[in-house]
Amino acid sequence: MSFSNVVRQGYQSEIEGIKAAGLFKEERYIHSPQSAEIEVEFPVGSAIRKCINICSNNYLGLSSHPEVIAAAHAGLEGRGYGMSSVRFICGTQDMHRELEKRLSDFLGTEDTLLFPSCMDANAGFFEACLNEQDVMIADRLVHASIVDGMRLCKAMQDTYKHSDMVHLEEKLQEHQDKRFRIVITDGVFSMDGDTAKLAEIVALAEKYNAMVFVDDSHATGFIGKTGRGTHEHCGVFGKIDVITTTLGKALGGASGGCVSGHRELVEMCRQRARPYLFSNAVAPVIVAGALKVLDLISTTTERRDKLEWNARYWRGLLKEAGFDLKEGDTPIVPVMLYDAKLAQDFARDLFNEGVYAVGFFFPVVPKGQARIRTQLSAAHEKHHLDFAIEAFRKVGQKHGILGLGKKDLLARCAA
Amino acid sequence: MDEITQAVREYIIREYVQEGDEREIAETTPLISSGLVDSFSMVSLLRFLEKKYAIHIPDSAATPEAFDSVERIVALVRRFQKAEVGV
Repeated sequence: MSFSNVVRQGYQSEIEGIKAAGLFKEERYIHSPQSAEIEVEFPVGSAIRKCINICSNNYLGLSSHPEVIAAAHAGLEGRGYGMSSVRFICGTQDMHRELEKRLSDFLGTEDTLLFPSCMDANAGFFEACLNEQDVMIADRLVHASIVDGMRLCKAMQDTYKHSDMVHLEEKLQEHQDKRFRIVITDGVFSMDGDTAKLAEIVALAEKYNAMVFVDDSHATGFIGKTGRGTHEHCGVFGKIDVITTTLGKALGGASGGCVSGHRELVEMCRQRARPYLFSNAVAPVIVAGALKVLDLISTTTERRDKLEWNARYWRGLLKEAGFDLKEGDTPIVPVMLYDAKLAQDFARDLFNEGVYAVGFFFPVVPKGQARIRTQLSAAHEKHHLDFAIEAFRKVGQKHGILGLGKKDLLARCAA
Repeated sequence: MDEITQAVREYIIREYVQEGDEREIAETTPLISSGLVDSFSMVSLLRFLEKKYAIHIPDSAATPEAFDSVERIVALVRRFQKAEVGV
């Protein structure tokens, strides 16, 4: 079929619909490596400007770390650029297996399997390990990739209210007739920055004979005393049946993800998970970089400690300035504005003040819950945060929202 | 309020309203389009209706529009109750 005018107009009107709904996403071109300070061209064609970046997942500041770059160079020289194969044909190098073993040690699991991304790990796990005799019980705020993975699986789907342990228990009771039960949660929830109640979830799972699945993408490398993740933070290290996580955030930020857990579950993924079976092996350069990241974060907790300090300092600055925040103690600090238009205007004004942050609104977050999601990094120095808070204060003043609580902000949206 | 309306309303409050959320759920309150219930969590509501009223609601009828308020859900249940008894 040719791409006729009718077809073209059909797509054009859909795109116009996305714009009219205020959901159109635009890329901003960055002309520098990922870091606390970046050089941004936005809108396209405008002069490049320096900004403080306060919205990346570069939690440990390792995306452009010289030792990681050097290790990646060495991997490129020693093992080449690409594998031109899926893992099970001729795409597995010694380094892939080494990284999987190192990740198992770091996460406290029996085995690990690399995927092209954590999105793929989540998309592949459920279908590979569960069938129509089983039930998946997920927290309602789990990441979209988990939702997609669950939809690809024939097991019964169910959900429980966000972090509501009473509701989870009811669901576990309801599904005692199933062969296997699996409770599914994020470790740290990406939009609210809160932490799953993993100790309670593990206790319930033990009581009702269920497995526990945790996507720890926003935790691996920095949550917990030694950065092992939410399970370390909650005192249940070694008690999680399956962890999926990413190399694309704190662990160097390039790409790649994994399923890590009991060796039988990992083996089922190796045999049956379609994103693993039908995608190329993770590139050697990324594997080499990730191995160096694990070296760096296994020797010292300096970076995660600095990140923790930054997050606490930033949260304090925002509170003192009079912003309404989602409570939490992770490096994800959502500044609540509730109104979608205000969130967009606020982000644009921040950019004009030299701070790069993004507004989130429905359908990424529930209606009436629009916000600016700020994310801290160990690459931030105190002066970056002091600069950023001045911009926040100035923009907050302009919009007349400083000192307003949830009720006042909601009333302001309704007006 | 009849029995079906009451049961559906109670289920929605119990199943979907988070603690601390002070939203009132009336018969016409938008559920899906307001973001209270999303397509991901809608499956438990579908299962509840099918089990409680011994009906089968096919995927083609279980649309976000048909589930967007207590009133519409009740209408859907009635439609398939009639279908089951062959009226």
